[in-house]
Amino acid sequence: MRYFGDDVQGKTMPADGGATDKIIYSAPIGDEVKTTTCYMCACRCGIRVHLKDGRVRYIEGNPNHPVNKGVLCGKGSAGIMTQYSPARLQAPLKRVGPRGSGEYAEISWDEAIETATGWLKHVRETDPKKLAFFTGRDQSQSLTGFWAAQFGTPNFAAHGGFCSVNMAAGGLYTIGGSFWEFGEPDWENAKYLMIFGVAEDHDSNPIKTGLASMKGRGSKIVSVNPVRTGYSAIADEWVGIRPGTDGLFIMALIHELIRTDQVDGEFLARYTNAPWLVVRNPGGADDGLFARDADGKPLAWDRARGAIPADDVTLSAVLVGDFTLPDGRAAKPVFNLMAERYLGDEYAPEAVAERCGFPAERIRRLAAEIADVAFNQTLTLDIPWTDVWGRKHDKMVGRPVAFHAMRGISAHSNGMHTCRALHILQMVLGAVDTPGSWRYKSPFPRPIPPGPGPAGKGAKPNTPLAGNILAFTHGPDDLLVEDDGTPLRIDHSFSWEAPLGLHGMMHSVIGHAAAGDPYKIDTLFMFMANMAWNSAMNPLETIRCLTAQEENGDYVIPHVIYSDAYFSETVPYADLILPDTTYLERWDAISILDRPIGSSHGPGDAIRQPVVKPDRNVRPFQEVLIELGARLGLPAFVKEDGSPRFKDYPDYIVNHQRTPGVGPLAGWRGEDGSKKGVGEPNQDQLQRYIDNGCFWRHHLAPEESYFKHANRTYLDNAKAMGMMGNANQIVMQIWSEPLQKFRLAAEGHGAKQPPENLRERVRTYCDPLPFWYAPLEQQQHDTDPYPFSAVTQRPMAMYHSWGSMNAWLRQIHGSNKLYMSRERGTAEGLAQDDWVWVESRSGRVKAQLSLMEGVNRDTVWTWNAIGKRAGAWMLSPDAAESQRGFLLNHVISEWLPAQTGPRLANADPVTGQAAWYDLRVKVTKVAPGEEGVTDPYPTMLEPPPHMPEAIDILRYDAGGKTS
Amino acid sequence: MTSLPEALPGAKKLGLVIDLDTCVGCQACATNCKEWNTSGHMAPLPDHNPYSAGQEGVWFNRVHSYEAGEGEEGRTVHFPRSCMHCETPACVTVCPTGASYKRAEDGIVLVNTDICIGCQLCAWACPYGAREFDDDAGVMKKCTLCVDRIYNETIPEERRVPACVSTCPAQARHFGDLGDPNSDVSKLVADRGGYGLMPELDYKPVNRYLPPRLAPKADAGPPRDAGPLPSQITNPLLRWVDKVLSR
Amino acid sequence: MNPAPSIIFFTVASGAGYGLLFWMGLLRALGHLPRTAGFGALAVGLALVLVMLGLLSSTAHLGRPERAWRALSQWRSSWLSREGVAAVVTFAPAGLFFLAVIAQAEWVAVPAGLLAAAGAAVTVWCTGMIYASLPTIRQWHHPLVAPGYLLFGAFSGAALLAMLAGFWGAATLPAALAAVLGAAGFLLKRAYWASVDAGKPGSTMESATGLGFIGKVRTLDPPHTETNYLLREMAFRIGRVHAQRLRRIAALAGFVLPALLLVLALLSGGMLAAMLAVAAAGLVTLGLLAERWLMFAEATHTVALYYGVGERG
Repeated sequence: MRYFGDDVQGKTMPADGGATDKIIYSAPIGDEVKTTTCYMCACRCGIRVHLKDGRVRYIEGNPNHPVNKGVLCGKGSAGIMTQYSPARLQAPLKRVGPRGSGEYAEISWDEAIETATGWLKHVRETDPKKLAFFTGRDQSQSLTGFWAAQFGTPNFAAHGGFCSVNMAAGGLYTIGGSFWEFGEPDWENAKYLMIFGVAEDHDSNPIKTGLASMKGRGSKIVSVNPVRTGYSAIADEWVGIRPGTDGLFIMALIHELIRTDQVDGEFLARYTNAPWLVVRNPGGADDGLFARDADGKPLAWDRARGAIPADDVTLSAVLVGDFTLPDGRAAKPVFNLMAERYLGDEYAPEAVAERCGFPAERIRRLAAEIADVAFNQTLTLDIPWTDVWGRKHDKMVGRPVAFHAMRGISAHSNGMHTCRALHILQMVLGAVDTPGSWRYKSPFPRPIPPGPGPAGKGAKPNTPLAGNILAFTHGPDDLLVEDDGTPLRIDHSFSWEAPLGLHGMMHSVIGHAAAGDPYKIDTLFMFMANMAWNSAMNPLETIRCLTAQEENGDYVIPHVIYSDAYFSETVPYADLILPDTTYLERWDAISILDRPIGSSHGPGDAIRQPVVKPDRNVRPFQEVLIELGARLGLPAFVKEDGSPRFKDYPDYIVNHQRTPGVGPLAGWRGEDGSKKGVGEPNQDQLQRYIDNGCFWRHHLAPEESYFKHANRTYLDNAKAMGMMGNANQIVMQIWSEPLQKFRLAAEGHGAKQPPENLRERVRTYCDPLPFWYAPLEQQQHDTDPYPFSAVTQRPMAMYHSWGSMNAWLRQIHGSNKLYMSRERGTAEGLAQDDWVWVESRSGRVKAQLSLMEGVNRDTVWTWNAIGKRAGAWMLSPDAAESQRGFLLNHVISEWLPAQTGPRLANADPVTGQAAWYDLRVKVTKVAPGEEGVTDPYPTMLEPPPHMPEAIDILRYDAGGKTS
Repeated sequence: MTSLPEALPGAKKLGLVIDLDTCVGCQACATNCKEWNTSGHMAPLPDHNPYSAGQEGVWFNRVHSYEAGEGEEGRTVHFPRSCMHCETPACVTVCPTGASYKRAEDGIVLVNTDICIGCQLCAWACPYGAREFDDDAGVMKKCTLCVDRIYNETIPEERRVPACVSTCPAQARHFGDLGDPNSDVSKLVADRGGYGLMPELDYKPVNRYLPPRLAPKADAGPPRDAGPLPSQITNPLLRWVDKVLSR
Repeated sequence: MNPAPSIIFFTVASGAGYGLLFWMGLLRALGHLPRTAGFGALAVGLALVLVMLGLLSSTAHLGRPERAWRALSQWRSSWLSREGVAAVVTFAPAGLFFLAVIAQAEWVAVPAGLLAAAGAAVTVWCTGMIYASLPTIRQWHHPLVAPGYLLFGAFSGAALLAMLAGFWGAATLPAALAAVLGAAGFLLKRAYWASVDAGKPGSTMESATGLGFIGKVRTLDPPHTETNYLLREMAFRIGRVHAQRLRRIAALAGFVLPALLLVLALLSGGMLAAMLAVAAAGLVTLGLLAERWLMFAEATHTVALYYGVGERG
């Protein structure tokens, strides 16, 4: 230790407090530092956790980590308060009073696991699908999904269905990648970025860093977003679009580009299915399918040779024309069909302008700007590369226009087509995985669609399902439906209601289970999913379903098991609580089998290691799951003699092999740790990760870093590393044949056809080319009384974080208001801080108003998931979160407006994505005397036993005298 | 005494440069500052009612959100606010005890909490709201510019910057010697027209803010190379009929 | 600014105490006041009690009152420190003055009284300068603020003195002084209010944020959703109507009425004069409490601008 004052070359310090102020300049931060991976959101940054006297002194970004490179956001930096939250559950609990009463008895882990085993064993021995296993904000889906398949239930998903499956499906069925974990702008080279959608993004820190670097280079950033907050705040241009019309805007841009002939025809001919021939046979079973040769290869029209296999390197493709196939059928190239659609008058800027909320001239200007950058400011990198046809190129030429989309465009019932349209816009510009454009993140691109259909048919007692439960339908045969079209899954995913329900439909599980639609379940097993509050549409109805009883008094959902680290609003509705550890107390694998931390620079994955010992009677959920697997005798979790195969989660991470040589982690495989991607388990693997800062990253060579979909070097290496099954070119799909197959079924072809009440819906929405339609909910009720679109986003300091009860973050956002355009609010006679009713077709919620400039004038919005139920999360009942915080969820219906036939989820008709942002509301001032407290205001929740005493003042000082 | 120190020859003027053009309001600087400092030189930074109504604590860095200008022409600006480490800080000269002082060698304004009497006059004297009263300890606290980080020999040299700077994901915070016209931060300020807040009060704040860069006004005129108007084209696809695209 | 009762009470009480001490020291030395031990003890004693109550009250405002002694060290730069030093220094002649008037030791009482009077004036000037030296609050950073503190101290001291002297039948001079000072105080306060009302805020949200080049600046979200120390302390706002009403009360009760009562007292004499002087002193005290409350409540701090709290709340 040294005191700075002594060092100033003999100068006497002034005789002030500085002379006696004891500043310890070089105190070590802590007595120990450990690396791990952050879990304050989904970004999965590398962190260095400094410990002092066993407590967390300081969490900082790991400078060597590829995701965050040393920075750490507002959430990650507040991790200490999540670690030491008084809302942490203390011990396993058994419900002893009615559901919702909060009457619990603490039990031992033995009893907890025996209880769970008892219930689950019975289900597995009788009818495994009666287990619904849904895992909210799960970052271990490669384990949980595998466990569910081993159990034998098709009823598994995480929260993707209510988050962003439209984006995932739209991308994976179109370009073999997507935004978020699947792709990112070329931050180093892009000259123009158009970013869509409200809300934040999984890629929290890379986007912030990337935007800053683009701004530093003077690149233009355009934000298309109803609300000018967050990233939109720093955009060079803000396009305040009306929610749900992004697709229209995108298709109008495509219209303009084609109309003005600013299209990258070569890119389309080489890398997309634009030249492929589509059979034109209206009413026929082959209408809209690709013309193929005898080997099943799609055909294209060669100027000289007519129909030849589309992958022929010598193809001289004609993209427009009506052609007759050798077998006499009529066919048309995909490009022709696409151009016809988007040149249609309905997609002309004039036609869409009013709906989108800005003038047609602006759309034309933006189209011209984009085209100018793409075609007049091409970016050339002197990097030789080899294409899939074996041809060598001496440079990489790019279109430096990048697109990115956040959750906003996804959470609509027209979101899948919107996302697909955005990818088509990228293709038209030739701006997919080229220098300066949007780029795939390894391990993407993947084949389109990426793999076989979902497992779940023929579930039998005591039998695992073969394959992945969440996978990719290629056509009606892959659907999980009975012969009469009845869904096999409790959430109706992969049924005619959501044929591309890749991520499941967690938002409809509890409603369907309570209604026994299509069957009753025995056990609902959830992890980290606040379904009795902010994760549910219409939470009060969800609570009713969780507490619904049969005439004999039994609960309609007989058993509810819930695992969470904190006393969330869902805890009181479970019969058995398995308290989880915090993210700093456990092992985890950010697995390449799930959503790893790869980037455009190469594949990567990461681990968490325990850095703090739990001070409560809690166990990591994944470890409990592995033990349950062993007790239930799930084949992959027991040895031949029936004894547990894995002693704990780390053992599983290292030694589990999904296929020979492929396990949860891709780094340091092989006995000596020398192999990447594929290799035998390495007993030293976790230590190698720890030595490297808890992550692994493989760096792509320059020659394989762009055009990955058609880059011979990349594809060969990706196959060798086990990232894909073959090294074929990944041809981007403008025309989606799987969607056309569903449409054909709806038109009466094939053995599997939709039930009558869904036939027209499937025919309409399974369109092989993206189109725009008004969101379903808005089509189906009179929106005139509800003039505003209403959307939510989580604030940047809380996005995707589990637990906004964090003592520091709740000071930043302890309550939320409803934001409205100042101009509009003033016109409606509303003033800042007025209390208002926000009313939709299905209910109303009371909130306080805030007026602002940067919001579309037909849109209101609020910060989500700040409002809490009184008593939950160990906040006192008078806390602002329950008094002035409110959830818009209360006025979002989980079902589409009443109609004949079965009730349908308020969701995208193709993917089942929850349509949170289709909401329409009216806003009126409350009656005098109604101000002050939000409504609905459900009864206060009682805390479980032995939770910590409330404190009036927190003096956190790790290692200090006051800690 | 709490008179300001005489400037030492070549003494530094350490301070922050905050880029309002790239700050997205993520609050990283605020919470990272909080976690560093609550166990740092001025530990603790207490929080009242941490889990009940009226939650509030001591923070050295707070991020405001503003809107400047009207409607679409306006900007949303996230605006971090902390101590400016002024050259002529009245918070120092008004202090009756000498607890509040400005360091001669680097210009950092600090409070010696061992002798502060908690009269709070410095808070009245500070135009920027940088003073944070810890009424639990009864003393004034404030941004230390991470004086226990920036000279800390146990921290790798490149990380010896204030916590808010090292953590900022948007590269919106820079740290350096604003007294040296050749320092990176001084050059940045010169290039970008960085400014100090409320210059009319003549506190001579050292911290600088880089203004949001405004895009040139959108040109509403017809786009370049707009191609023929729709009325002139009967079928734009005809242009493609004879086009042949080779690989 | 938050009108904290401890500070309001402190400045009004100590102002009146120092004013009383000032006039006692001065007028007694000049032979204009009764030199009885009883009157001296009562008047100087009351002055000292008010001063001490005021100082005690001000230490209640401190976070660490036990360290209050440290406030004496920075007299070279800090008006607060100077006030403390002046107050402490003044206690020596004032205490001596008190003892001397009881002991009827005029050779001590006269110089001690004069020194105490000087000390009182200096102390009150320092108090005024604490406020007047803050550029962050334009209503305080005003040339009439420190003179105002002096004048109001002298006025309230004179009124108290008139009240006490009335019982000894010697109220004429202090009452006349108080009436004149009251009138002067009224004029000063009117001039001050007119001046601050006409003045424009030196800083605005635009200059506070530097964002004025884009356009009008409005808050979108505060840093934290609940309130905080700065907002409680410095973003206090009072409605215009309420302020005008209080100003009238302060002007009438604090200056006009007492001055009139004192003129009446001068004209009437005797016990009635004493009673009128008592009423006047009471009104002065109430009026000055209102004036001082307004002095805080109407003061706007630049910090409030960051929270979008402009001068007119």
